[in-house]
Amino acid sequence: MPTTETFYEVMRRQGITRRSFIKFCSLTATALGLGPSFAGKIAHAMETKPRTPVLWLHGLECTCCSESFIRSAHPLVSDVVLSMISLDYDDLIMASAGHQAEAILEEITHKYKGNYILAVEGNPPLNQDGMSCIIGGRPFVEQLQEVAKDCKAIIAWGSCASWGCVQAARPNPTQATPVDQVIRDKPIIKVPGCPPIAEVMTGVLTYMLTFERVPKLDRQGRPVMFYGQRIHDKCYRRPHFDAGQFVEEWDDEAARKGYCLYKMGCKGPTTYNACSTVRWNDGVSFPIQSGHGCIGCSEDGFWDKGSFYQHVTDTHAFGVEANADKVGLGAVGVVGAAIGAHAAYSAIHRAKQQDNQPSDASPAGDDR
Amino acid sequence: MSITSEDLLREKRRASVPKARRTAVYVYQTPLRIWHWVNALAITVLAITGWFIANPLPSLAGEASDHFVMGYLRFFHFAAGYVFAVGFLFRIYWAFVGNSYSRQLFTLPFWRRSFWTELWHEVRWYAFKEPEPHKYYGHNPLAHLFMVVIITVGGLVMIVTGFALYSEQTGLGSWQDELFGWVIPLVGQSQDVRLWHHWGMWVIVVFVMLHVYTAIREDVMSRQSLISTMISGWRMFKDDRP
Ligand code: HEM
Ligand code: HEM
Ligand code: SF4
Ligand code: SF4
Repeated sequence: MPTTETFYEVMRRQGITRRSFIKFCSLTATALGLGPSFAGKIAHAMETKPRTPVLWLHGLECTCCSESFIRSAHPLVSDVVLSMISLDYDDLIMASAGHQAEAILEEITHKYKGNYILAVEGNPPLNQDGMSCIIGGRPFVEQLQEVAKDCKAIIAWGSCASWGCVQAARPNPTQATPVDQVIRDKPIIKVPGCPPIAEVMTGVLTYMLTFERVPKLDRQGRPVMFYGQRIHDKCYRRPHFDAGQFVEEWDDEAARKGYCLYKMGCKGPTTYNACSTVRWNDGVSFPIQSGHGCIGCSEDGFWDKGSFYQHVTDTHAFGVEANADKVGLGAVGVVGAAIGAHAAYSAIHRAKQQDNQPSDASPAGDDR
Repeated sequence: MSITSEDLLREKRRASVPKARRTAVYVYQTPLRIWHWVNALAITVLAITGWFIANPLPSLAGEASDHFVMGYLRFFHFAAGYVFAVGFLFRIYWAFVGNSYSRQLFTLPFWRRSFWTELWHEVRWYAFKEPEPHKYYGHNPLAHLFMVVIITVGGLVMIVTGFALYSEQTGLGSWQDELFGWVIPLVGQSQDVRLWHHWGMWVIVVFVMLHVYTAIREDVMSRQSLISTMISGWRMFKDDRP
């Protein structure tokens, strides 16, 4: 692996034609929401810049992020991007294994010190000395810390690396911990989703490799270009939401007509992701298009936020679980009844007092 | 008007009571009264539209473009939200320029023993353990406590969470986002903000029920005017005893 190779050279070596390469650059520019002129800039960068290695670590996870990634909509995109990264370390898809694989890790972290990108899928469990996730005989958290030490930036793939996801759901016995709570001194780009959309993953990676900078992030560290809006903001069922036309049951007429899934607990209004624009599986569809509400898979702690099928979900706080509307309506009932009883007793009490006492000594009756 | 010995004793016990004979005091100035009723209206609209945002009405048939039910409900919610928020800012301003009663909503003298003893007295009055309540120019301590906690603190929470939710539609970089967007990660995520906003509604609804009941009850049973005070500004006392 010569150090001076550019991305373009690597791609050509992998058998990608110039024509395909240019197509890839245009596609990427579009996916990133950049103007057509950026296609040229991407091409130029890839032809001239030395390739930045990517190391892809796997912690406690289910591999859905990798599965999504290798199914990038355009086969071209996955070919190109895979040729950029699979050469280095990804214990899932690389050819080498065992000591040979760990040697690559060692080599890259030394040779490209401060200049490689670390992509993390999954997260480290911290309880029981981290032994719930062992890589090469050692806790994953150690590998993560070592590789993170000299990296340029970290990409946290999926909801696991970004927020913790299912393995961190209550009561989180292994104390699975998102990457940004373990590594605090590196820029971390969160690409949440369970899994994230393939085009979003390749888009983020290509952006970082070609422009050698971190894309613009929001407050929670997610790239604005893909996570700047909610599913609800770009959902094609939104006209039915505004009109007040809702599916009330899974097999009703409204469901057949494709009305809004808000009342079925759709979390589109509270979920930041690109599903309603980029969609899934080569842009074929996305959950709402298939008739099921969004479950909010790219949001922090979505497993612990109550039912997928309720709009007003139960609240877990201070050790209790309660539903705002149940408690609220109950409280209104109880307080209403208490007011009625208090009012009635007040009237009786007052009448009694007035009977017992001459009018001028009664508490409220004076100057009337 | 006769003064009984019991009244004389009570006069000795309490230092803060009006000594001179006063039958009416100007308490709530015009802007504050206007604020009260505008605010009450805004909260009523917010609670009703808020309920229907969370629990929408049954679907209407026809083309989507025939209707705009959720659109209008949300529009009126946001419009009333702005009225509520601007009113809140005005009310803070008025606390600086208005009379001393206008400051009660933002000050709670919890460090004073007398506040707590008076509060206890008021609680006992509601529990029928006291023959009559004390007289107050401004709010009684129980009302005062609830107003500060629920309208001042609670109202602020509703404004902050409400505008954080609003920033989700005005988008990143909007002033709502710059000012209130930080609330979302602080609370957890968008759904959490929505739910706390929702819980807030129930707290305020229960407050309003109690507030309206006690306003009417005290108007009848206490020794001073209440409802007319919030209309005319004058507190009328029904007796001259302290
Ligand atoms: C959404 C409904 C309402 C809300 C949120 C509300 C809120 C408030 C607040 C915050 C104050 C304190 C005013 C200040 O110090 O600036 C107040 C006072 C008052 N309100 Fe309301 N109010 C509501 C409805 C009503 C209604 C319907 C009535 C009449 C039946 C009423 C009667 C009064 C009275 C009499 C006072 C003065 C209490 C006193 O003198 O201690 N309010 N209200
Ligand atoms: C007393 C004050 C308020 C009450 C009682 C109230 C009540 C509610 C309720 C019950 C909801 C539905 C939440 C859910 O879906 O579970 C809601 C939503 C919302 N409220 Fe309020 N709210 C208040 C003040 C405000 C203010 C000041 C704003 C700021 C403009 C605001 C903005 C919003 C927004 C943006 C939503 C989400 C609507 C949507 O996405 O469709 N609210 N409110
Ligand atoms: S289906 Fe979900 S995302 Fe789409 S408009 Fe309805 S609530 Fe919003
Ligand atoms: S629609 Fe919602 S639940 Fe489905 S993949 Fe997108 S973010 Fe996840």
